[in-house]
Amino acid sequence: MINDRNREIGTFVPAADDDMIVCRCEEITKGEIRRAVHEGMYTITEIRRYLRCGMGLCQGQTCARLVKGIVARELKISPAQLEPASSRAPMRPTEMHILANEEKEGKRDE
Amino acid sequence: MSNCTDVIIIGGGIIGCATAYYLTKKGVSVTVLEGSDNIGDGGSSRNGGGVRQSGRDPRELPLVMYGIRNLWPTLSDELGTDCEYHQDGNLRLGKNEKHAKILENLANKAKACGLDVRMIDGKTVREINPYLSEEVTVASWCPTDGHANPLTTTLGFYKTARRQGAHFITGEKVIRLETVHGKMRRVVTKENVYEAEKVLVAAGYHSRELLGSVGIDVPMTQSLLEALVTEAQPHMFDQMLGTAEADFYGHQTKHGSFVFGGSSGFEGFNKDNGTPVTSSMTAPCICRGIMKYFPDLSDAKIVRTWAGWSDKSADGVPVLGTVDEVPGLYAACAFTGHGFGISPAVGHQLAMLMTEGRTEIDLSALHYDRFRAKI
Repeated sequence: MINDRNREIGTFVPAADDDMIVCRCEEITKGEIRRAVHEGMYTITEIRRYLRCGMGLCQGQTCARLVKGIVARELKISPAQLEPASSRAPMRPTEMHILANEEKEGKRDE
Repeated sequence: MSNCTDVIIIGGGIIGCATAYYLTKKGVSVTVLEGSDNIGDGGSSRNGGGVRQSGRDPRELPLVMYGIRNLWPTLSDELGTDCEYHQDGNLRLGKNEKHAKILENLANKAKACGLDVRMIDGKTVREINPYLSEEVTVASWCPTDGHANPLTTTLGFYKTARRQGAHFITGEKVIRLETVHGKMRRVVTKENVYEAEKVLVAAGYHSRELLGSVGIDVPMTQSLLEALVTEAQPHMFDQMLGTAEADFYGHQTKHGSFVFGGSSGFEGFNKDNGTPVTSSMTAPCICRGIMKYFPDLSDAKIVRTWAGWSDKSADGVPVLGTVDEVPGLYAACAFTGHGFGISPAVGHQLAMLMTEGRTEIDLSALHYDRFRAKI
């Protein structure tokens, strides 16, 4: 979908709850997310890459919907118009020595 | 809205964004067309973040040396974005005689270009990085190398270029280029036509198809690279790391997580699923590589893995500069998996080339016209 980054979204207006933490894993506030939109981050993927919200231990399982709502409101569009970020393997945080282990009963699974 | 600017840049990756930044700084009007939905969706946000001189081909070495001297040190301030640039050296590690030979060969090539790269023994390696296992017996050490955050650097260039007036449009995939009276002029997308006298093609692998629409072919292909990131760890070290066998590379980020890229050996044969997808065998393979060098990391949790295409040129270095047959057309593609470190210098020199018709760094060895048949 064509997304013109020059389209008018108004200016950033500070709000009383800007200090509220939205992404708990990476401690990103609502104000930081709103400000990033005004700096040009118009997609959930860009917001993640710019601020790290949703990139911590829970990978956005807690805050993804909240972030989407905040970004959509700032862009004056419906949250349904925002693509969610890609989910990535592994399904949950996994220790390196466990992910590395391809042995079955002491033998490499060939 | 007028569809006509001085310059059109095709590709909103770090090369396109950096060039847009340096052009708009000079007062040039720029439109950037990105085919995907996000800025920096290709290699720009899928690389290991190395800002390396060691291990580079002598043909692109001047670009990275220029960037490290003149651009990287002040980039975070200039872009108002923390690019997390660190200049704490690069260790390329080895464990046996064969590795030592590979490393010595690379170090000698770099020394011939005037770069300070030293061969060091296992004891000296562990003085620089005490977390490395006893298996490491040799390394090359380049103290002026470093790393940065590719995500924030790309978006920092984008944000600042946009503030300086560059017009970015994402989800606007270019289908072909058109000349008028033999000169570059039109850029055609599915629904629109954009016009400029100068057009830069910086669209990763898609560049081949676009340049092909005006009769230019750059011999390049794609290969899938994969990477992983751990949860945040206490601060351990600041060097950039690689190995003689290239089984993994990476660094610890400011955030505390470790970002490591690597390979499984099947890179040239991965499926093109339309989007880069990780394979189940690669991350475990990277982990096995890392644990041999850093036993302390074996309990670190992997939180995410990802994959990206590296756009490989036939001779391992990018295609950069003007295109003789089409006045007004410029190419910047086929970065072969090592474009991030040189990207500020590439953007800087391309902006100079497009406005003044010259560059400070000689780019002739990277000209699109260099490819010759073997006989």
